[in-house]
Formats: sequence, structure tokens, C-alpha cells
Amino acid sequence: MNQDYDLHLEEAKGKIEESSDLEALKKVEVELLGKQSLTAQAKGSLGELEPEERRELGLVLNETRTKLEEMLEARKNKLDSEIRGEQLENERLDLTEFDQGHRLGHRHVVTQTWERLEDLFIGMGYTVSEGPEIEDEWHNFGALNFPLGHPARDMYDTLYVEYGDPMSTLLRTHTSPVQIRVMEEEDPPIYSIMPGRVFRSDTADSTHMPVFHQIEALVVDKGITFGDLAGTIETFTSAYFGKDFESRLRPSYFPFTEPSAEFDIRHSGGKWLELGGCGMVHPEVLKAGGLDPEEWQGFAFGFGLDRLALMRHEIDDLRELFRNDYRFLAQF
Amino acid sequence: MICVSCFVTTIDSWHSSDAGFTGSFRTRKGSGVMKVLLSWLKEFAPIEGEPDLIGEQLSELGLAVEDMTRTGEHLEGIVVAKVLGLRPHPDADRIQIVEVDSGDGQSLQICCGAFNMSPGDFVPLATIGTIMPNGMEISRRKLRGEWSNGMLCSGAEIDLGDDHDGILILGNESEQGTSLADSLGIESDVLYDLEVNPNRPDAMSVAGVARDLAAYQKIPFSIPAPKVSEKGKDISEILKTEIVSPDLCGRFVARVIDGISIQDSPQWLKNRITSLGMRPVNNIVDISNYVMLELGQPSHTFDLACVTNSEFRVRWAADGEEIVTLDGVARNLTAQDGVVTDGSDSPIGIAGVMGGVSTEISEDTSTVALEMAWWDPSAIAKTSRRLGLRSEASARFERGTDPEVIETAMLRFCELLGPEALMSPGIIDEKGDLPAREKIKVRIPRVNSILGTDLNQNDILQILDRIGFETESADEDIDVMVPSFRPDTSLEIDVIEEIARIYGYERITKTVPKSKTFGSLTAKQNDRRLIRTTMMGLGLDEAMPVPFLAPGELENAGLKSDGIKVANPLVAEESVMRSSLRPGLLKTLAYNESHRLTGLRLFELGHIYRQPEKPQPLPDEREQLVSVLAGNEAGEIVKIWSALADALAFDEYELITDSPPGFHATRTSRIEIQGKTVGFLGEIDPSVLSLFEVSERVACLEVDIDDLLSIPHGHRSYAPFSRYPSSDIDLAFEVDEGISSNEVKRCLQEQAGVLLVDIYLFDIFRGEPVSEGRRSLAFKLRLQAEDRTLTDAEVAKVHGECIESVEKKFSAKLRS
Repeated sequence: MNQDYDLHLEEAKGKIEESSDLEALKKVEVELLGKQSLTAQAKGSLGELEPEERRELGLVLNETRTKLEEMLEARKNKLDSEIRGEQLENERLDLTEFDQGHRLGHRHVVTQTWERLEDLFIGMGYTVSEGPEIEDEWHNFGALNFPLGHPARDMYDTLYVEYGDPMSTLLRTHTSPVQIRVMEEEDPPIYSIMPGRVFRSDTADSTHMPVFHQIEALVVDKGITFGDLAGTIETFTSAYFGKDFESRLRPSYFPFTEPSAEFDIRHSGGKWLELGGCGMVHPEVLKAGGLDPEEWQGFAFGFGLDRLALMRHEIDDLRELFRNDYRFLAQF
Repeated sequence: MICVSCFVTTIDSWHSSDAGFTGSFRTRKGSGVMKVLLSWLKEFAPIEGEPDLIGEQLSELGLAVEDMTRTGEHLEGIVVAKVLGLRPHPDADRIQIVEVDSGDGQSLQICCGAFNMSPGDFVPLATIGTIMPNGMEISRRKLRGEWSNGMLCSGAEIDLGDDHDGILILGNESEQGTSLADSLGIESDVLYDLEVNPNRPDAMSVAGVARDLAAYQKIPFSIPAPKVSEKGKDISEILKTEIVSPDLCGRFVARVIDGISIQDSPQWLKNRITSLGMRPVNNIVDISNYVMLELGQPSHTFDLACVTNSEFRVRWAADGEEIVTLDGVARNLTAQDGVVTDGSDSPIGIAGVMGGVSTEISEDTSTVALEMAWWDPSAIAKTSRRLGLRSEASARFERGTDPEVIETAMLRFCELLGPEALMSPGIIDEKGDLPAREKIKVRIPRVNSILGTDLNQNDILQILDRIGFETESADEDIDVMVPSFRPDTSLEIDVIEEIARIYGYERITKTVPKSKTFGSLTAKQNDRRLIRTTMMGLGLDEAMPVPFLAPGELENAGLKSDGIKVANPLVAEESVMRSSLRPGLLKTLAYNESHRLTGLRLFELGHIYRQPEKPQPLPDEREQLVSVLAGNEAGEIVKIWSALADALAFDEYELITDSPPGFHATRTSRIEIQGKTVGFLGEIDPSVLSLFEVSERVACLEVDIDDLLSIPHGHRSYAPFSRYPSSDIDLAFEVDEGISSNEVKRCLQEQAGVLLVDIYLFDIFRGEPVSEGRRSLAFKLRLQAEDRTLTDAEVAKVHGECIESVEKKFSAKLRS
């Protein structure tokens, strides 16, 4: 009897293997497990047998059906995966076809440098202040202690505009007038930086432009010292350029600071590179900003922003920043 | 107060672009250049240290060393040789064989390519082992079979002139075997090029620099007293002088020197002034320069025989007065120029700038009137600039010379002339208005509070004493009398700077103040970053054109021609300030197109400058955002705007068809938020594009950032949404082209009312079967109630009402 079912399984195996798609397999499944199937029929007539025989045959039938189900399931899985495989094969895509020029835009290198500096000083507790690019003579010169008749006020380096009285309105030559505006508008303590666009009557060449950018820092508080200035510049230097950079101050002259200094930076042991100017806010400038120099003391420092951008990206010509060649803009 | 900075031709401002970052170190404008020789400095103080270290010390004193050169060293190994005989080279036409005596009495054979010497001449010989200035080492070698035991040198080969053509022939007083340096009196020396700040007139002299170095090194400094003998009539019997205009001339000093013979200066003096950048002329001119370089006091000499009545008068010139100056040029003067006149009141010199030709020293001059004066710095600045006659002398007068060094400088002049020169006894010394020397009170706590130091009274007294400031302790404070050579110093803070400078900036302990404010960006600054980030995300590159335009470019862009003009532009292309970012970006597109770079997507965020509507102190300066998409139609720019509005959380805005100048008349809308126009979007007018030579279509967005950001935005409150199922309705209408999709959409919104949770235009179709002049607009509406599931009847009702309303309002037809 068992042999009959072994034979049945053998035949069924052949039929299952031969089913080449799910539809054919379905038919085979009905034939093997449906109501008309050999095992179903046999099961139906179990009642006619002696209990001993019935039990024995019942076991055989169950075992056979289980095996059939397993074989059908295995075949079904195989066919399924073949279909999926075929389907996936039909959907094959070359993704490099899509990798054609979809890109983010780029912030200008000056903006990148600008924002990097802002972030650094924000981390040091500074705010960011702004002022107009077309300034009056008072904020650009007078309030900054440029004496009357100072040659800077004549037409050599300053671009004036035709607005108001002659030589009353100009394109600011530095970001320093923002110092005055901040002092006018805010009460100390002031810890602020002033990035911005400035202008000089210069012919464009690889290191000069009539338009460029500066960043300036102003601190006004009680008891601010020259040592604070030196320490702040040192902190900025190592934060921006790296821990192994150092700074030094050398005596210099600016009408709006005293004592004044140039500040140099270098990679430890390397050559000094002149970076910017700095100093203690001149008492006359504090007065111009409406502050009592006996009560408030401060320092200021400033430097060229474009130059840092050039240094970071090894750009050798300042004019490139303003030429707006797409091959430049899209690089950074 | 004296303007100490009048020499400055520029603004003493923070560094900008002009520091020498490309490698060529460039002198910063506004500063003077002073060259000093180490040997000369040592005549005033026993300066010690290696040249490099001294250079560092000068920099620390605020006298930045731009360049340091060692002079004389390149002549090492070069000796004077006497030519004994010449003979042709047997195998070469262009070389001859020269026999020389290099000092040992022996004949030495040299092969030489030059033919300009004769037996008996003295010539420079580079001996074996000499390293030439160009790096070549001289060795014994054979030239076409003949030995050459060294090289005879041309002037150019040893940096003693430009002559390449022949061997340098030395004077007959030379002696073979001596080193060339000794023979020419060239000492091994160190030359420093210093950058001198405008507040340091004292450092425009060798003695002044030496004074600072001596203070640094804590060694004694003194100006040696010149040794001069006087003879003849007292000057008061020879010369009369009057200062007519005391505001022009603070001090006018003259002496008379007899027995002058005009000749070449001695070699050592020529060498020194040459090193410092002056060209030797004759003894009188050279000594005048020498004294100016050494002590900072310029001088002028007159041929006394040519000075009418032997009288000097000093006054402002009259407008239209004329003088022929030493350079032979007739010059018209104005009332702002100072002059020295003779007894007939005719100008014989322009004060502090240039002498006149009528009293010029000549070969025949035997009696000289020597003049040294203190001129008003601003007067000299104006005249020298107006006449274009800037000189070493005018530069010093402009900064302010030391009125008290004049006597010493006079004597030094005579001493250098040599014993033949006879100086008349007595001195003419007229005084005009000199700046008063004031006593400055310096508070010790103030010094320490500004510097962050802990200096006591004694420390400060010592520092000030070392740089020649007279001091007196006054209780807790110090009274300081500023020396005459420091006219820049008039405030307590000026003295504090001097204290810091001499104490040493590097010795001041570095501290960092703790900020008492929160570091942050303002809302506007944050928005600016958000705008840039959004533009980047949309694939736009940031451009940064210069804000200057050429005349006509605003008009070409369709904008008003009232741009603010630059009063003194360097070039016409930079003579108008932009009133919109559009022209600059169009020029950028044209520039790139000319380099075959097309399809650019750019934006700029920057300032624009406009004439204000109502008078105000400064122009109407505002911030604008413009983006341009080359090769794109208007539709593409709307996506840019809507993304930006989303980023800044402007949820309600309207695009209203408009035709602002410069934009495409039928493809442009203005952007309104809460009834306020904040900008425009669409395409650039094709005629504008052709004027800018841009051949692609350009979609453009222009937003007034100040207006936009002044409208409340950026905040979104939570809006609860329904948990019940929603139903969608698709409606396609055929409508006239003149009706905007927004109008239809708004109508649908109104009709669907509170049940409408979303609506969007999902398809636009033109062409058959839609009739000409109309297009099909297909909308998807999603309906949903907050509190229940909508019934089919409710949805159908909305559906019907929407159709009816749109069909009626726009003569539209539902497409099925």
C-alpha cells in the first residue's frame, strides 16, 4: 500500500516539475490535492476500513499530502522568483544616465568666507552689525578722527557720489563707519562684528579692486585693555586658521585707534604674514559715538575678507571673484 | 594742532586688498619709506646685534622692515688689478689675453672678452673662488687652450652701474692688490627699507630711527656736535630777513657761507646718499640731501650774489604771481602757496617745495646763503600736490619737521663742506607761528587700564626718558613735555601709545574678555542665509558683479535713468551706481555666453541704491534678490519663487499679471503679499536681452528683500487635520486664454468652501478638441470634513456647484 503512494509521489513530482508557470502548477495542485485527487478519494473511503488499517492508512495519507504540499510550495516559490527575476530584468536601469548635471548651486566664495567668519565670532559671543554702503562723510571720516583737511578726504582714494552737498556723500572706504553706527544705536557692552562691502578709487589688478570686502570687530565695555585685543586676535587666529597658528601685534597708525597695531599671523615657525589692522578705540571716536571715554574702553580690528577667500582656495587673482565666470562660480 | 598725516595720500584704514599677498610686498599707501644704513645708525648710538635681529627690533618699534639688503658683500674676492700687457688669443677672435698684476708683482694671465683697456689701466679682477652676484663661481679654466686665472669685470657684473659693454676702468689713484670695496670706499653694510607711519615724522631721518633703536636696546643716544669754525663779517651785516606771513613760516634760519667751490662730493658721501636712494649731483646738493636724510631737516641754498639787496622775505604768494623754478618751468602761484622773495619782493623760491632759477648755485658761486625753515605742513602739502612737485623735502615738511634741529643741521652742513668753507659768525633766526609745545598729564592708572599692564611711575618715567620725552612726576601722575620732533603727540592717549611701543607690544599679556552679549544673527541675517541656502538647493549659483554700471546700462535694462552717479569715477564703466541687480546679472550672462557658457542659473543678493522719494540724508539703499535662469521660460522662475516663499514661510501670496519696465510684457506678474508688492517675476523683455547681447530667453525673479522681510513670516502654527476619509474630484474646464488659472482656482476654492482641504492644477491642455483661443485646465480637489465621513450626496453637491459656478463665471465648459 505504501508503495502505491510512493509511486504516486514519484508521479506527482514529475508533474510538478513539468509545470512551467503558475497556471499549470495550479492545475496540478487541484489534481493532486483537490477533491478528485487520489489522496482525497482515499481519505473519503477511510471509514470503510478496520480501525487498525484506517489508522495506518490515515498516517500514510497525511504524510503523502504533506509531501505533495511541500513539493507544490517549493515549485511555486521557484516559479515566483523566476517571474520576479524576469520582471526585475525588464526594469533594468542604467543609473549613470541620470547622473547628468543635477546639482546644488554654490554660494560665492566671498559669502562662504563671510559666513564662516560670522559663525566663528558668533561662537565667541559677538553679534553681526551692518551699515549703508553709501555713507556720509561724518561716519566715514569725521567721527573716526580723520582730521579736517586730511588728504584721505580728497579725491585721491575715495569715491564720492553726486548726492547732497559736494563731497558730503561717498562710497564707504572701510567698514569702520559701522562702528560709529553701532555706538549710536546700541548701548554698551558691545561685542560685534561688521562684515561688509567697501570701495576705493583703485584700478583693478590682481590684488586690487574698486570694490572689495572687509570685516571689522568692535568691543566696547568697561575696562577693555590692549591685552584683551591681543588675546582676542590670538583666539581668532587659532580658531580660523588652526591651532598651530599664532599672531603678533606691531605698532602702526590709524586715526581711529590708539594705540594702533598691525597684526601678523604665521604657521608656528613660518614666515609672518600681515593680515590686518587693530587698536584701542580712540577716545575721540568713542566721543563721536556718544560714549564717555573715561567710562568705556574698547578695541577694534579689521582685515580684508576677499583675501582670506583667495588664500583658502589658492586663487591668484582678486578680479576673478567679481568676473562671475561660471567656470569659477561653480567650482566652490 | 598740526595735521601730522598730511603726507598721507590715502586713508589709513584697515588692510584691504592691498597687502602684498601675491608675493610682491608692496608699501602700504599712506606710509613713507625711509632707508637707513646700519653704519650710519651707529654714528648716533652703539647699536648691537645681528642685522636680522635689528630688523626684528625695528619692526617691533613700528618701523616695519620692508626689505633688508647687505651691501658691499658682493665685492668680496674682487681686487684691483693693473693691466700689464695685452695680446691676441691664438685661436679666438673675440677673446684677448690680458696680463695683469693683482698686487703680488707677478704677471697673471686672464682671458677677456672685452677690448676697452690699455696697459696701465686699473681694472676689477674677480679672483679664483669668488662668487659673483649672479651666483657664478670663478674658477681657473682653459678657454680655447689658454688658461684664465680669474675674470675681469664690467660695472654691471658687480652691481656698480649699468655698463655691460666694457671692463670697468678704475681711477688712476687706485692701487693693485687692494680690495675693490676698499678702493671705492664701499663698506660692508646693511640697508633697511622702513615703512614709516604718518604719525612718525621723527623716523624720517637716520638719527630719528637710531633714537628709537637706542631706546629699544637701552643704550645711549646722541647727535654728535658738528665742528665748525666761523670767520668774517657777522651775518647781521650781510643779510636781512623778514617773515611777513607768520602763519606760513614758524621759523626761518639762515647762515652765510663763503669760499664755496662747487665740486664732486667725496666718494663715501656719494655712496651713502646713493644707498638711500638719492642721485649725487655736486657737493652742495649732496650735502643738502645728506643732512636731510641724517637729521630730517631739508635746506635750500641761494647764490647770495643773485639775491637782490641780500634780503629774504617770507610770505604767501599773490594769485597770479609767477616764478621760474630750478627745473626751468615757469609756474603760476596762488594765494595758498608760500614764497621766499628777495629785497625787491620778487619770488626766488617756492617755500618748502622748490627754489627759483634766478638764485641757483652755479660754477661761479662763491658765497651761499643757506636757509632752513619750519613750514606749515598743510601749506606745503597743498602746494606740492597742486604743482605735482613731491620730493623727499616736501614729504618731510608735510609731516612736520623738528624746528629745534635746525641749528645742528646748519652746523652739520658746514662741517660736511670741509675746512675751506667759511661760515660767517652769527645766525639769522626769525620766528613765526610755531605750534605750542604743551604739557600733557598722563595718569598712571589710565596707562595700565588701557594697556592691561602693571607699570609703576618709575617704569613709565624711564620709558619716556629713553625716547626724549621730558617728564616730571606730579603726585600719582606724570607731566610730559613732548619733544619738538614729535608734533604728532598731543593727547594722553598718544603718550600711552608711546609707552606701549617702547615697553613692547609683545610683552603685554594676552587676555580674552568674556562677551556679555549673546552671539547670534538677527532675524534678517538668518533669513538671508535661508534665501541663499534655498537658492543653492534649487541649483542656482551665487554671482557677485560689481555694483557699478556704465552710463546707459540702466536705461538699456528698461530702468529709470536716475541712478546715483559717482562724482569721481576712474573709468566711465564704473560711473553709475546700480538701482537694480538686473543689469549686472544680464552683463554676467552676456559675458558667459561670449565664452560659450549658456543655460546659467544665477542669483545675487546685494545692495541697490536709489534716489529717495522724499529728501533724506542718504540715498534709498535697499537689499534686492534677483535670480536669472538663462534658456528658461517664465514658468521655471515661478517654481523658484514658490520654493523661496515656502522656505521663508510666506503661505499667502498672489501673482498678478503686470508689465513692469524691462520685463516681458505678456509673461510677467508682480508678487503681492498682504496687498503689498514685494517683487516681480517672469521673463526679461526680449528687446532688453538684445541690447545686453544675451541670445537665450531669460526668466527672472526680482524681490525687494527689505519689503519682503518686513512682512511677518517664518512662523507656522500647527493646523489640525481630519482623521476621516477624504474624497477627490477631478474637474477639467475649457476656458479662454485670457482667464488665469488662479482665477478659476479661486472660484473653485470659494465654491467648495470649508470642505476643500487641497486643490491643485494637474493638467493644462491646448489643441483639438479644445477650440482655438481656449485651453483646458484640470484641477484635482480633495474634500474632507473634520467631524465625519462625507456622504456621496455631499460630494456630488459640491461637484455640481463647482461646475456650475465656473461655467457661469468664466463662460467655461466642463470637459468630460
